[in-house]
Amino acid sequence: MASPMQPAPQPRWMRWVEQRLPIFSFAQHFSEYPTPKNLNYFWNFGSLAGITLVIMIVTGIVLAMHYTPHVDHAFDSVERIMRDVNHGWLLRYMHSNGAAMFFIAVFIHLFRGLYYGSYKAPREIVWWMGVTILLLMMATAFMGYVLPWGQMSYWAAKVITNLFSAIPLVGEDITNWLWGGFAVDNPTLNRFFSLHYLLPFVIVGVVVVHIWSLHTVKSGNPLGIDIKSPKDTIPFHPYYTVKDTFTLGVFLIIWAAFVFFAPNYMGHPDNYIPADPLVTPPHIVPEWYFLPFYAILRATPDIFFINAKLAGVIAMFGSILLLFFLPWLDSSKVRSANYRPAYRVAFWLLVVDCIVLGFCGANPPEGAWLVISRIATAWYFFHFLILVPIIARTETPKPLPFSISEPAVKPAAARA
Amino acid sequence: MRLAIAAGLALATLAVAAAGHAAEAEKPKAQSWTFDGVFGMFDRQQLQRGLKVYTTVCAACHGLRHVYYRNLVDLGLTPSQAKEVAATKEVDEIGDDGQPKKRKADLKDRFVSPFPNLQAAAASNNGKAPPDLSLIVKAREGGADYLHALLTGYAEPPKDWKDEEGKPKKLEGAQQYNKYFPGNVIVMVAPLAAEGQVEYGKDDPKATIDQMARDVSAFLAWASEPKMEERKRTGIKVILFLLLFTGVFFVIYRRIWKNVH
Repeated sequence: MASPMQPAPQPRWMRWVEQRLPIFSFAQHFSEYPTPKNLNYFWNFGSLAGITLVIMIVTGIVLAMHYTPHVDHAFDSVERIMRDVNHGWLLRYMHSNGAAMFFIAVFIHLFRGLYYGSYKAPREIVWWMGVTILLLMMATAFMGYVLPWGQMSYWAAKVITNLFSAIPLVGEDITNWLWGGFAVDNPTLNRFFSLHYLLPFVIVGVVVVHIWSLHTVKSGNPLGIDIKSPKDTIPFHPYYTVKDTFTLGVFLIIWAAFVFFAPNYMGHPDNYIPADPLVTPPHIVPEWYFLPFYAILRATPDIFFINAKLAGVIAMFGSILLLFFLPWLDSSKVRSANYRPAYRVAFWLLVVDCIVLGFCGANPPEGAWLVISRIATAWYFFHFLILVPIIARTETPKPLPFSISEPAVKPAAARA
Repeated sequence: MRLAIAAGLALATLAVAAAGHAAEAEKPKAQSWTFDGVFGMFDRQQLQRGLKVYTTVCAACHGLRHVYYRNLVDLGLTPSQAKEVAATKEVDEIGDDGQPKKRKADLKDRFVSPFPNLQAAAASNNGKAPPDLSLIVKAREGGADYLHALLTGYAEPPKDWKDEEGKPKKLEGAQQYNKYFPGNVIVMVAPLAAEGQVEYGKDDPKATIDQMARDVSAFLAWASEPKMEERKRTGIKVILFLLLFTGVFFVIYRRIWKNVH
């Protein structure tokens, strides 16, 4: 469907359908969606994440046709997929590396939001839906990793489900309820399979709301200023469809490089050892996308009357939950960090901090690494709870351009 | 510029993935394998020699149950040759009278494990069941390099060998010193101990310990990932297509956007 959309004289059958179910005008909305014309490549990661979700669901459903969610058969069924199912190896590697690519896209998409103020009014709900998607992705990825029932699968399940026992009073009972027993065992694996199949579709639903709320208020842009007139925008199709297709190509090349030439690079060799509850791996580590959170979890000491384990759980979940409050923590009316010199510095420090936390998560919480973990964890919370609110209230932002179509008369001088 | 930053962020996150693989023993030296790299392929003669090393030396203690005898056709064996390999082992089954009986293994069977269960395997091996080797190359940091290093890395312990508390350490009981095994103490006796231990053919290289270690490591790399060659072949086609696809869409993107701004 080219734009502008077909005016009044549509084929009769299309009018017939449209009268009963307005799918054509619905598609037209997406095609014509007025998008700021100045979006940079950081705006491409939303569609990349969406397409990755679709590919993960398709590969996942086919994998599920061959997988057996029973402790005695899970590992073998995955090997059967790798060796005997036609192109099973391809499906499996696409799915496991796809999870990593999904998090790469979503993290960059999230940090784009942090830099350009995408969480600020009127986009708070877009942001909340996004954080919800992140939480659902983390739950889905965690459960998915348990399914092959390798050593890391089992021990990750054991470590993470045990965290719930830290909840005072009801923790033990909740944990047994989650396990379906008194330890991680077959009931746990079976229900993780069920939920791992379910949650991606919940994610789809939240993505729909995410895009719906975005389309209601229109997209942000690198300047952080509102759309003032149609001159500021271009129709989504063909401009952003073609740009998204180009970046999809780049994204798929990276994904393919891993799938075909380094399929186990991001994984852990221990997960090719069948799960053994009697043998603890020398180092229990999650996949890389959980490492920063793992670092926060293990960094906390006993704090007053809260034991270290509970403190860690609170800190780990808190690190994500505080994102819901960001629109109010950061009360600056200026959206884009391009015009917020102090916030910009804080932003990049946060990026470095998250990468440092990642390295911390990969190492045992001992010696120097523990000290670094604690400093980095403290900085993370300091950034969001203290630094950003103070900057928002005291910063002198740079003057904003007049509009997207007519930026400041001398843009170079404005930055000087 | 922003694309570079985005790519840099992605790379930084990936660098984290590689961190934190701790090792106390020596790191294995990188070897060159025929299956290395984008265009790497298995050397079928090597794989067949490796199979011989496995069946002669390793199969006494180590299973290979994710490999089926029919998979040996991938190594260049004919189905009847593969059947011959299978026929050296027996498999349990239930007869028509309901009684358990044995039959010779066939192409359709998995490689027969040397022990009927984990307990028997552990009991015969100083309390630790020898691991199945079907995935050993993917299950160990360093892969085939590590395997080769391990098999050639048996040595006398160093004179100043100390434990964590600084006290001098000595081998006890069935323990062996290996330069590359994590913790340096392994309970497996050096499996490749003598040149010519496995009989190689006239046209094969000499069966030195290093050669046998190399061959069995390559064989086990195949056993861990029989689809490796298909994977790389497909990968080349896919990435070439994607490069073309991306290039075409880049040009279209530029054309469509020419008059914006």
